Amino acid sequence: MRSATKLHPNDRSVGGARVTDQEFLEYVQAGGQVETTDWMPDDYRAKLIKFIEMHGNSELMGVLPEREWILRAPTLQRKLALTAKVQDEVGHSQLIYRVVEDLGKPREQCLADLISGKSKFHNVFHYPTKTWGDVGVIAWLVDAAAIISQKALLKCSYAPYARIMKKICWEESFHILHGRDVILTLMNGTDEQRELVQEALNRWWGPLMQFHGNPIAKDEDPMYVWRIKSQGNEEARQQFLDGYVPQIWELGLTVPDPKLGKNDDGVWEYGEPDWDELKHVVTGHGPKTQERLEFRRRFLEQEAWVRSVVLAEAA
Amino acid sequence: MIFEVFRQEKKGAAFAHAGSVSAPTAEFAEAFAREQYGRRQESVALWVVPRGEIHAVTDFADELNKTYHRVDGYSLKAKLKEARERAGTAVDR
Repeated sequence: MRSATKLHPNDRSVGGARVTDQEFLEYVQAGGQVETTDWMPDDYRAKLIKFIEMHGNSELMGVLPEREWILRAPTLQRKLALTAKVQDEVGHSQLIYRVVEDLGKPREQCLADLISGKSKFHNVFHYPTKTWGDVGVIAWLVDAAAIISQKALLKCSYAPYARIMKKICWEESFHILHGRDVILTLMNGTDEQRELVQEALNRWWGPLMQFHGNPIAKDEDPMYVWRIKSQGNEEARQQFLDGYVPQIWELGLTVPDPKLGKNDDGVWEYGEPDWDELKHVVTGHGPKTQERLEFRRRFLEQEAWVRSVVLAEAA
Repeated sequence: MIFEVFRQEKKGAAFAHAGSVSAPTAEFAEAFAREQYGRRQESVALWVVPRGEIHAVTDFADELNKTYHRVDGYSLKAKLKEARERAGTAVDR
């Protein structure tokens, strides 16, 4: 009898068969899936933790730009939707940190590394939300870009992560409709409201184009080599442009990139994204990075007594 | 403590593993499981089980090739053809 509590076995067995490092690589590249109770190479485990932890961090930090608008939402319906969305994203971060925890890194450590600036979160969550137009653009286009990445994780070689992505993608599909609804309402409103959306789009286009990362060849991207991701960065960006630029244009909005256009062969051309800005922002130098990390620090300290009381009672 | 959560999507359906929650007590685990797996009416029932109580079995060797208790162990096409020919009821298709 084997118990599910026996994590991290050291017997080189995957699905009951003994494997070498090379055989493991071939197994995941052929579409094989790995469970928590399987043996895995150290590098695979380290890459999984790094990737999944950053995803968890992004869900947790990603609620802050929207949280700032709960009190200022234009209607009660919008306020409730925004609150529900914030709850969903925090829930996602809990699910994702659970996966990281089973891989060997405790949630407390993930949170400590997040607030100390040691680990990263997605570039788009380092920027301010200036107006309600920004909230709409985030909810529509930032979420759209994120869903493209997340859908590609449904086929992740690490099965526990792929499984929770199903629930996460299901909830994200409501978020994107909410975002589109906010944008359409503004676009059907006054000139001033349309202007809010255009200005927000101008602010967000740069970060959106950086979102899927530099166009590294997928066979050189370790996250693809291990089949943690199932598509390359440029593939994801092309999918985003193909799906959303026509939707932006049909509303009469202008994309602030004079080089943007689709070639005859179906490939989108665009102005080179600012990779220096991406690097600068995700290494802790974004306009809102420190303020938002400080917010997390403050709440982690402020609620520490709740954890100690509950854990003492449970002991 | 880690609790595994199983959810039933509708009455009569099988419970399926949904995911896990980390909680200090069973009471907290129930509250977290309700929020994670039931707040949009996507479940009609949940099972919340301490992970240590689950016994996993993953070794299903078939050394004796016991095809006789599976449908793939019965390939009747050739035999039926022969039987029909013997009985003179074979139809050319």
